[in-house]
Amino acid sequence: MSKFKESTAGKGAPALNTASLPDIVFMLLFFFMVVTKLRDTELKVSVSTPEASQLTKLENKSLVNFLYVGRPTTKYQQVYGTKPRLQLGDKFATIDDLPLFLEKHRSSISEKQQSQITSSLRIDGDVTMGIVGDIKTALRKANQLKINYSAKPLQK
Amino acid sequence: MLKKKKNHRMGNEINAGSMADIAFLLLIFFLVTTQISEDKGLLVKLPPWSTEPPPDFKANSRNLYSVLVNAQNQLLVRGQPMDIERLRENTKLFISNPRQETDKATTPQDAIVSLKNDRGTKYKTYLRVYNELQAAYAELRNESALKKYGKDFEFVTDDQKREIRAEIPLILSEAEPTAFGEEK
Repeated sequence: MSKFKESTAGKGAPALNTASLPDIVFMLLFFFMVVTKLRDTELKVSVSTPEASQLTKLENKSLVNFLYVGRPTTKYQQVYGTKPRLQLGDKFATIDDLPLFLEKHRSSISEKQQSQITSSLRIDGDVTMGIVGDIKTALRKANQLKINYSAKPLQK
Repeated sequence: MLKKKKNHRMGNEINAGSMADIAFLLLIFFLVTTQISEDKGLLVKLPPWSTEPPPDFKANSRNLYSVLVNAQNQLLVRGQPMDIERLRENTKLFISNPRQETDKATTPQDAIVSLKNDRGTKYKTYLRVYNELQAAYAELRNESALKKYGKDFEFVTDDQKREIRAEIPLILSEAEPTAFGEEK
């Protein structure tokens, strides 16, 4: 009878079993751990890659070096202006810095695999081909011929 | 009888046994739907740099498919303006030449696609054109694989892939860009 009374007062609802709550939290944690990619470089240029359909996946990340091209983000526009710039590693660079950058990456890779080095070009869609052409020429001069124009899958 | 029923309703805890199932369902749902890998792109092999002038080769003009993109992002294909939507179809027709027309490639092996852009061309347009040209080749290879082996190109064996690639080789030459519309 006392039980009945309690429940009419609205306090007698049984406590939720929270034993599985940790499981769920851990699950979420693992999910985000898997999904989140650790970004080791801060992007100083804004890059929004265009869409394409003929995509190839980049394999073996250690054999890939990344080149970013885009307009500086608002934070850096005061200093660097709004013209498209090249970013190598985590700092702004000019085309002249490219050979050294490639050589540094190349020397960290065993000789056997050096021919498989790919340059991933992450270029903003609204950049004009002038700077892209210059980069391509510099890459060819540095004998870095395998490149990958980064692109998003086509949105249907 | 009535009392017993009430007791039953109030006293029980919620059964949490199925919670784990629901959680796993959610986990699998997110795993399947989330697109994580941004690391995809168009794989391109650049020609090696050489200071020597390119060999003066005379390709039969019927085998040359020239695509020009100007600073206004407009296309000129074999002297004719063209919409980018039609480029893939047109390129496929040129390479395969199903009706053996005299103004299209003699064989797919002879076909050369030449791409030239301006320094003022938007990268977006350039990549779109490149993508369409690669797609034209990919579709032709796929059709060839379907006809020969009854399978999509990506599912045939490596040897068969090599054979088809030799049959329909991707020959794309990029010319030095023009500089009419350089960004100031």
